[in-house]
Amino acid sequence: MSGRLAANARVVAALGARSVRQTVRRPQLAAPLIIFPTLLLAIQTGGAGGAVDLPEFPDVNGFLDFMLAGAMVQSCLLAGNTGGIALALDIEMGFTDRLFAAPVSRYAVVLGRLAGTTVLGAFTAVWFITIGLIFGASIEEGLLGALWIVVLVASTALAFGSIGAAIALRTNSASVVQGLFPLVFVVLFLSSAFFPANLMLEPAASVAEYNPLSFIVEGLREPIIAGFDGGDELLAVVSVLGVGAFGLWMCALALTGRVRRGV
Amino acid sequence: MAAIETQQLAREFEGGIKAVDGVDLAVDAGEIYGFLGPNGAGKTTTVRMLTTLLQPTGGRAQVAGFDVASEAGEVRRKIGVALQEAALDPLMTGRELIQLQATLHGLARERGNELGDALLGRVGLTQAADRRVGTYSGGMRRRLDLAAALVHEPSVLFLDEPTTGLDPVSRQAIWEEVSKLNAEGTTVFLTTQYLEEADRLADRVGIIASGRIVAEGTPAALKADVGKPHLELSLADQNGNEARCTEVLARFGKPLPSKDGKLLVELEHGTSEVGPIVVALNEEGLAVESLDLVQPTLDDVFVAKTGEHLEGSEAAEQEPVAG
Repeated sequence: MSGRLAANARVVAALGARSVRQTVRRPQLAAPLIIFPTLLLAIQTGGAGGAVDLPEFPDVNGFLDFMLAGAMVQSCLLAGNTGGIALALDIEMGFTDRLFAAPVSRYAVVLGRLAGTTVLGAFTAVWFITIGLIFGASIEEGLLGALWIVVLVASTALAFGSIGAAIALRTNSASVVQGLFPLVFVVLFLSSAFFPANLMLEPAASVAEYNPLSFIVEGLREPIIAGFDGGDELLAVVSVLGVGAFGLWMCALALTGRVRRGV
Repeated sequence: MAAIETQQLAREFEGGIKAVDGVDLAVDAGEIYGFLGPNGAGKTTTVRMLTTLLQPTGGRAQVAGFDVASEAGEVRRKIGVALQEAALDPLMTGRELIQLQATLHGLARERGNELGDALLGRVGLTQAADRRVGTYSGGMRRRLDLAAALVHEPSVLFLDEPTTGLDPVSRQAIWEEVSKLNAEGTTVFLTTQYLEEADRLADRVGIIASGRIVAEGTPAALKADVGKPHLELSLADQNGNEARCTEVLARFGKPLPSKDGKLLVELEHGTSEVGPIVVALNEEGLAVESLDLVQPTLDDVFVAKTGEHLEGSEAAEQEPVAG
């Protein structure tokens, strides 16, 4: 590893650690990651558990098993949104100028924020697996499946975090990024996160069928309810890579534009 | 070699707004250069270009021998930056911030910790090092910001309005630290809208207005350019004595029109003439009630060059600034 690469890796690690500490120390950033998805999971599992008896509902041990993947991707989306808010707050208070005035790659500064989002994503995966197991869910694929879920959730958090970061870098406004919060739920409810796509009405069913989030959800759900399905896992990975590549490309454009525009 | 050198440096924003319009600077190594001007004059835009945070749209600039556009990485290795309104994360502790700054500048963890402890001690924040920055006072934040800017021992330090909004005691503490740093060989580029700050700290001052340098030189030379010191005095008994008093004063310098009942005389040699004037008046039987030697200020320089008072000056506080 070259010296410059090693230095940038240290910066990414340091900024990632800061990002995690910041989330822990600012409850309004931590709440959307854990509390909201856990509450929604509890409410939906408790109130709509009878959905498993619907014809054509996937074969599951219980509704909680079905819902865990949805809760995890909800947490990932909100992690991306709160990561974007935190970055925008850094921009608003001038903290990013401190980072950009240092002899490190500007990409390292953004990757540091995303590293923190990734760690938080992994933590939420562990949280929901634990909660699920405590309340009677099971993971059909066992320990390997659980590890796969942690990796996929962390990668999903990174991918959606890159979109949040790009919006923050482009707009410089925490309130704009925060304003996108409701969109998270639109995207979620137009996917198979909380309800099987094949049971939805049109046009929601078609939207959900091609929503990349549905592919990610199915990639997380299969190891829980049935065991690995190569096709679903591949689609999930491709979707995460696609969303991540799009987000990072947007970040790169925004970073290039920042120095030119002087904002 | 100049620590900072610019030729026709310019920055135009969208909509054709020229924030900086052809600035030529040459700041010597080891110098404190005061960049003085009101809000919106182009100070911060200039600093942002010199610190590689903003690309120039015209001209060129070198800092520590490196071009700010094509060698930005090298420039960043050589400079320390404390930008306007200390940009500190309120959720971090002072020590965490210094350690992060050390990492940003590629210092090994042990070296960063060692330097960080020394710098926190230097700016008087050892006791508060493990408290969150959100609990710091304005002065403490500024001192922490300064310490963070010094962690990699930069050769050129940019301070953008380092004392704006601080109380006099905190301001004094920052001034002392800046003076010490300069005595140790650090070149300091200081933007300010406070006349006293520029007067007190800067070896040379550049005055910027509407994106252009309108005057440059040592504070003494700039003030000498716009006028000599003058004496303002009032007599214990004015009645009928003014003409006699003016005659006495004329022996020492050029009498100026009286103001608010006070007699004024411009002095060629400043304070050295005050004693002889008092003696001469006494010999004439004229008792002096009050006497002030008034020196030209940088605000007078600013007025002479731009027709406006500088914000932060006493005159500007008494009358609205035009434009």
